[in-house]
Amino acid sequence: MSLLEIKNLGISFGGLRAVNNFNITIEEGQLYGLIGPNGAGKTTLFNLLTGVYKPNEGSILLDGKNITGMKTTDVNKAGIARTFQNIRLFKQMSVLDNVKAGLHNQYRYSTIAGILRLPRYYKVEKQMNQRAFELLKVFGLDKYSDFLASNLPYGQQRKLEIARALATNPKLLLLDEPAAGMNPNETKELMETIQFVRKEFKMTILLIEHDMKLVSGICEELTVLNFGEVLTQGKTTTVLNDPKVITAYLGE
Amino acid sequence: MKKSKKTAINNYVTYGIVLVFYGIVQIMINGGNLSSLMQGLLIPLCAYTILAVSLNLTVGILGELSLGHAGFMCVGAFTGAMFTQITETTITNSVLRFFLAILVGIFFAGLAGLVVGVPVLRLKGDYLAIVTLAFGEIIKNLVNVIYFGVDDKGLHVSLKSSVELGMAADGKVIIKGAQGITGTPKDSTFFIGILILLVTLIVINNLINSRSGRAVMAIRDNRIAAESIGLNITQYKLLAFSISAAFAGAAGVLYAHNLATLTATSKNFGYNMSIMILVFVVLGGIGNIRGSMIAAVILTLLPELLRNVSPFVSDNRMLFYAIFLIGVMLFSQSPKAIDFRKRYLNFGKFLHKEPKKEVE
Repeated sequence: MSLLEIKNLGISFGGLRAVNNFNITIEEGQLYGLIGPNGAGKTTLFNLLTGVYKPNEGSILLDGKNITGMKTTDVNKAGIARTFQNIRLFKQMSVLDNVKAGLHNQYRYSTIAGILRLPRYYKVEKQMNQRAFELLKVFGLDKYSDFLASNLPYGQQRKLEIARALATNPKLLLLDEPAAGMNPNETKELMETIQFVRKEFKMTILLIEHDMKLVSGICEELTVLNFGEVLTQGKTTTVLNDPKVITAYLGE
Repeated sequence: MKKSKKTAINNYVTYGIVLVFYGIVQIMINGGNLSSLMQGLLIPLCAYTILAVSLNLTVGILGELSLGHAGFMCVGAFTGAMFTQITETTITNSVLRFFLAILVGIFFAGLAGLVVGVPVLRLKGDYLAIVTLAFGEIIKNLVNVIYFGVDDKGLHVSLKSSVELGMAADGKVIIKGAQGITGTPKDSTFFIGILILLVTLIVINNLINSRSGRAVMAIRDNRIAAESIGLNITQYKLLAFSISAAFAGAAGVLYAHNLATLTATSKNFGYNMSIMILVFVVLGGIGNIRGSMIAAVILTLLPELLRNVSPFVSDNRMLFYAIFLIGVMLFSQSPKAIDFRKRYLNFGKFLHKEPKKEVE
């Protein structure tokens, strides 16, 4: 059984058909890329996947479980975590607390235990700290654990967002333009990080990206969206050499 | 792990400040150095401080602007005073009775917070502020028209007059409409006030540094991201809002048991009061629990202290109060002042912790 199976997904905003008849199958452990010109509907698709928008038709199956139309919170509990095109960190919280917020549903104790500082509080907080530091170390962020998230440099903020998403222990990780605004060096480092995450956490990743170097460098399969419809799907090298794709990006 | 230790120490400093303050005041009282006017202010001072700290949970930690905090205080004050009046003959131990009255006040104010919170927390920013403002006014006006009595047959409620209650001869009318509740025993003491303040501080500080507190702050900082990591938005908003309301209720009970006559006027439970509490919070620093506590103390004592300066200042003390507010706000918030502090004053370093520059 494939990890993610989207069938015939569609949504309209008024008269605008943002996504139409979208089909995709992602196997476990795959690194899948979603590309397309501006306004093609890539982020809309992410929003559909994570329950921000409810689709007009079609179905989304995650690991065989129907998650179509679920609330964002429940979609995350079902196993999808995401990052955002414009970074959305908890800016007034420390780097460590950002990750610990992500661990919220993995490590539990009641509010009462927290207020009364029962033994369970200390026990679970210790586990949370350990796990959070493990995750921060993966991204080389452990030395900034006390910093406010907003004080991190841009590239590190991106990484922190990925760390926070991974903290929710997802089956599928959605990355929305992770390399946006990065210089070639940072992009290269990010590529390595993504590949490392994939190996280390045995993570299935679906990413939206404009940077062709990154896409061709790490993605195995691609789907190209144009005007809300799938233009072509398949192995990265075949897709990128497809004349239709080149036309969509560069014009006739 | 370094940081959690730092916040823990910080919290103990806050509790220490409260205890030292209590000690100093006690010494002053014993030495006869505190005027009776000032002594009369001590319990309201505790109540206002509790209100400021609890409102900071809503405004600073949850990040929602609430202008109805005095409404929750009103709920606590009246339910607490009613409880005391009803049980005055049955529970003779005044400390136990007052303790129970506080729990009753906390419960009903928390419940009011929950009931108001369910529809209201769907709103954001200014809209939330306006609805909470309206709630505060509704509570105040409702209390003004309620008649409530108790006799052998049970509780009686009326919205018209005390005659309408149809009480038995031995019955006791507790709330007399606009005349409010009279004859509540003065169970509040400065010691109990300080105790409730400490409990409030401990609960709120512990909440902030726990799993639930992190969820609340995450929702404040970025709602969409908070949803994306699986946080239940409604649950945590309601939690913070209700706890905040509950402690306002505790402050209300404390306040009510310090007055011979408890009436709901616009001065004590109205819009002005809500704004005043908000001023404490903003002046002390939004999200800064200790700051709001200190601001509440200073701003409550200031008008009284100005009385003693000179006839001119004494006559125009509210003017000086206002100028003080403006001055503090400018000094703490204007970019130029912040710059000045950073450059010339040492404590600027502690106020504006900047990360070490050499990141990468």
